[in-house]
Amino acid sequence: MNYMPNKLNVEKSKLLILLLLLTLWFVLYLNLENLTNFLVYEIVNLSKSAHLTDAVWFFIFEVPKVLLLLILIVFGVGIIRSYFSPERTRKILGGKKLFAGNVLASLLGIVTPFCSCSAIPLFLGFVESGVPLGVTFSFLIAAPMINEVALVLLFGLFGWKTALLYMSTGLFIAMISGYIIGRLKLERYVEPWVYKVKAGHLEMDEDKITFPGRINAGVDAVKDIVSKVWIYIVIGIAVGAGIHGYVPENFMAGLMGKSAWWSVPIAVMLGVPMYSNAAGIIPIVQALLEKGASLGTVLAFMMSVIGLSLPETIILKKVLKLQLIFVFVGVVAVGIIIVGYLFNLIY
Amino acid sequence: MVSVKILGTGCKKCQTLEAKVRELVSSNSVDAVVEKVTDIQEIVGYGIMMTPGLVINEQVKSYGIIPKDEQIINWLKEN
Repeated sequence: MNYMPNKLNVEKSKLLILLLLLTLWFVLYLNLENLTNFLVYEIVNLSKSAHLTDAVWFFIFEVPKVLLLLILIVFGVGIIRSYFSPERTRKILGGKKLFAGNVLASLLGIVTPFCSCSAIPLFLGFVESGVPLGVTFSFLIAAPMINEVALVLLFGLFGWKTALLYMSTGLFIAMISGYIIGRLKLERYVEPWVYKVKAGHLEMDEDKITFPGRINAGVDAVKDIVSKVWIYIVIGIAVGAGIHGYVPENFMAGLMGKSAWWSVPIAVMLGVPMYSNAAGIIPIVQALLEKGASLGTVLAFMMSVIGLSLPETIILKKVLKLQLIFVFVGVVAVGIIIVGYLFNLIY
Repeated sequence: MVSVKILGTGCKKCQTLEAKVRELVSSNSVDAVVEKVTDIQEIVGYGIMMTPGLVINEQVKSYGIIPKDEQIINWLKEN
């Protein structure tokens, strides 16, 4: 009999805790610089302007900053994703025309929960319910490449412009590559059994999730993702701090700088077979940029590592013939190379 | 007897879920047959697009996540 009021109370106190945590977040984030100054100069009492002090300051400031950003964004994205199940996305994309479908699929790729281990069931589910092949590819390209961890790290370490550029060019690549694959009419290079699969259809109930339920989804996402990636962030920032002022500034400039025209395609060729999650690649990105590699080259490298990977293409081999896999990797790689050059031209 | 199927092609989450379900079944002494389904066509047949899937008595209970222990126990016992 007391069940309902109790439950309401629990939900209320949950919201209250959330509000408190959010306030705490802002207080911490806004005062991080002062706190770091206090810690480094007053408590540990390091002398200003020494190389070592710079490195220590950078580390002590950046680690909590990026982690705070990560927690907030992953939490927010976790809540947003509770509104977008793959079923709903599939329903939206079913029967969409090329281009409009590609644009939509790329955008939905950002907000729909995705893990590359689910690429095959997702591919089958999409194709079987009438989502065009090119549109499905737009989704499969955008989903891994543009993810919240990559965006947070780019934002936290290199500023909002870099994050925005990464997101918009990533979207662009996903749209155009999917469109081209759709235009080429490559359905014959999909394994024939794919079109014969009888996929079941689940009744979905994401509308029934209550708001506190979505908050739980956000909290779960934070636990899941932050526990996996924090170590890479610490390493990445340590690398950044370590080479800050120790390795010559233009160490990489000759090899991966703007003047080296070959650097973009080589970065992509190196990046495609490599696989890492977005967080794992950040230490390398940090080190390269710090030492004079140009932004376009580094972003191209990052995109090819996160967006295209050998394990994923091997998984796709189950449903696609080799020709289609080559077209897929080729089109995306060319797109990334163009973006790399574009960035090097602009910056 | 409860029939339990874990749908998954071998991702890490799928293995975690399988181990967890087996453990919960034996620690709660539920009379159940736990089976791992790795055939992709069969997995898709259940209509899920994210692995791992948890199917109890041919009904999809969850997919894409590892449900909480109490939740799994409830599902096991309601049958």
